[in-house]
Amino acid sequence: MPFSISKDEILETVSMLQTENLDIRTITMGISIQDCRMSDGETTGTKIYDKICRYACKLVAVGEEITREYGIPIINKRLSVTPVAIVANGLNRDEMVMVGKYMDKAADEVGVNFIGGFSALVHKGFSSGDLALVEAIPETLGTTERVCSSINVGTTRAGINMDAVLAMGEIVKKTAARSADRDGLGCAKLVVFCNAVEDNPFMAGAFHGVGEPECTLNIGVSGPGVVLHAVKKHPDLELGELANVIKKTAFKVTRTGELVGRVASRKLGVPFGIVDLSLAPTPAIGDSVADILEAMGLENVGAHGTTACLAMLNDAVKKGGAMASSYVGGLSGAFIPVSEDQGFINAAACGAISLDKLEAMTCVCSVGLDMIAIPGDTSAAIIAAIIADEAAIGMINRKTTAVRIIPVPGKKEGDWVEFGGLLGRAPIIKVNQNSPARFVNRKGRIPAPIHSLNN
Amino acid sequence: MEKSSEGTRVIITVLGHDRIGIIAGISTILAEANANILDISQTILQGFFTMIMVVDIAASIYEVGEIRELLEKKGEQLELKITVQHEDIFNFMHRI
Repeated sequence: MPFSISKDEILETVSMLQTENLDIRTITMGISIQDCRMSDGETTGTKIYDKICRYACKLVAVGEEITREYGIPIINKRLSVTPVAIVANGLNRDEMVMVGKYMDKAADEVGVNFIGGFSALVHKGFSSGDLALVEAIPETLGTTERVCSSINVGTTRAGINMDAVLAMGEIVKKTAARSADRDGLGCAKLVVFCNAVEDNPFMAGAFHGVGEPECTLNIGVSGPGVVLHAVKKHPDLELGELANVIKKTAFKVTRTGELVGRVASRKLGVPFGIVDLSLAPTPAIGDSVADILEAMGLENVGAHGTTACLAMLNDAVKKGGAMASSYVGGLSGAFIPVSEDQGFINAAACGAISLDKLEAMTCVCSVGLDMIAIPGDTSAAIIAAIIADEAAIGMINRKTTAVRIIPVPGKKEGDWVEFGGLLGRAPIIKVNQNSPARFVNRKGRIPAPIHSLNN
Repeated sequence: MEKSSEGTRVIITVLGHDRIGIIAGISTILAEANANILDISQTILQGFFTMIMVVDIAASIYEVGEIRELLEKKGEQLELKITVQHEDIFNFMHRI
């Protein structure tokens, strides 16, 4: 077959990889552990450990082999497992902690940096396993390095479980306290969802849903740098045409993910699940979603107009990406994790962006209030209410929303916190101190919304 | 190593200031690797020397990763940016 790619196309691809931070953010192997339940925490944990090691032993090596062979950086190799609360239902809190330790050990053994699935789906209520797992979260996240936890507290079809929301307000505080020596880092590994998806490859919210096969590979691509470069090249383009530029760029980025997914699937003998189209930023300069919004014409992200820019960006990325892959899924939307995006860090530092504006932005993009550092003395009731607001946005708009906030122990508004690596750094931002305590303590459920009269 | 079923060609790009011996230096490495050069094109783009080579590595004694390392090292010597990419990336990105 003749090689038919033009010189310009070759140089465009090389430049994406060399200077615009195009990479594969994560290859996440989802493993069902539904067959691993034994009589107690120790034996269940051991069985989970053995199964993970058996299935994922080649994951990191294959990832590195693909990087060598294709010259595409694959930043993270990760694991997700069936929500532990389902598998380990009936075990007590201490046994859940034990299971978490074995997950951590397995992740360490196979060489991945995170394992997701210390999770429970409690949108309509708690089983005994769900309660035990939720209570085990602070200790598990405080004493393990790689385990990530997520709790689904609401869905569009079930409404919002406000008992769970209130409980998670407390758990976020306790998790921060358990990792106070590391600025509440445990909370960076804890996500509270509404409408959680079963095939998300991104941490900290990845878990392997019960509708998923025995084992599958999900791919998260990156590419804010590539989109930024494309948008910057067209400072005066009319918006419809700019959307086309973004679509074409997203298509190319996603094709890279599709290629890596197919090759990895073949090499590992594991079915290819989905490509997640999310634009995932990193703290690296030029790899920022906020910079794209600013390149679209905002002085600072957070300005009025930010939500509209983000809505267009997010939609164009999906349209381009959906054409590029056989199977898209996961969260598939632009992420706005404050501490992981240099543009958002700058905007938060100069006061251009507020928690309220970030909340508004989550109405039009994935995935929610993400990696936001708030004062350590923020009450559990206020955190619960922040979760409730975000879950309400997800429930009404039939989309995934989430909260991953860090009440940094001992720090107050304006202080800085350093999480390091991909988790980045951020200034502590202001939280509205008016009390929602009476509301969140009512408990019960917010009923599922009506599915017609959509206004 | 398992060779990709999609293709056995790599695309080598060279960017930098023009100087004597660029092609000689690169093609010597490729010849020693038993890789076959299928096509070479070169231009001056915005004042920079730009060369693109299509190379078949089906019979090469080295893997792609090893060829990349050798050429990147050569690129440092010659003060050039040399990249080696598998053809599948370009085919995937620009064609359906």
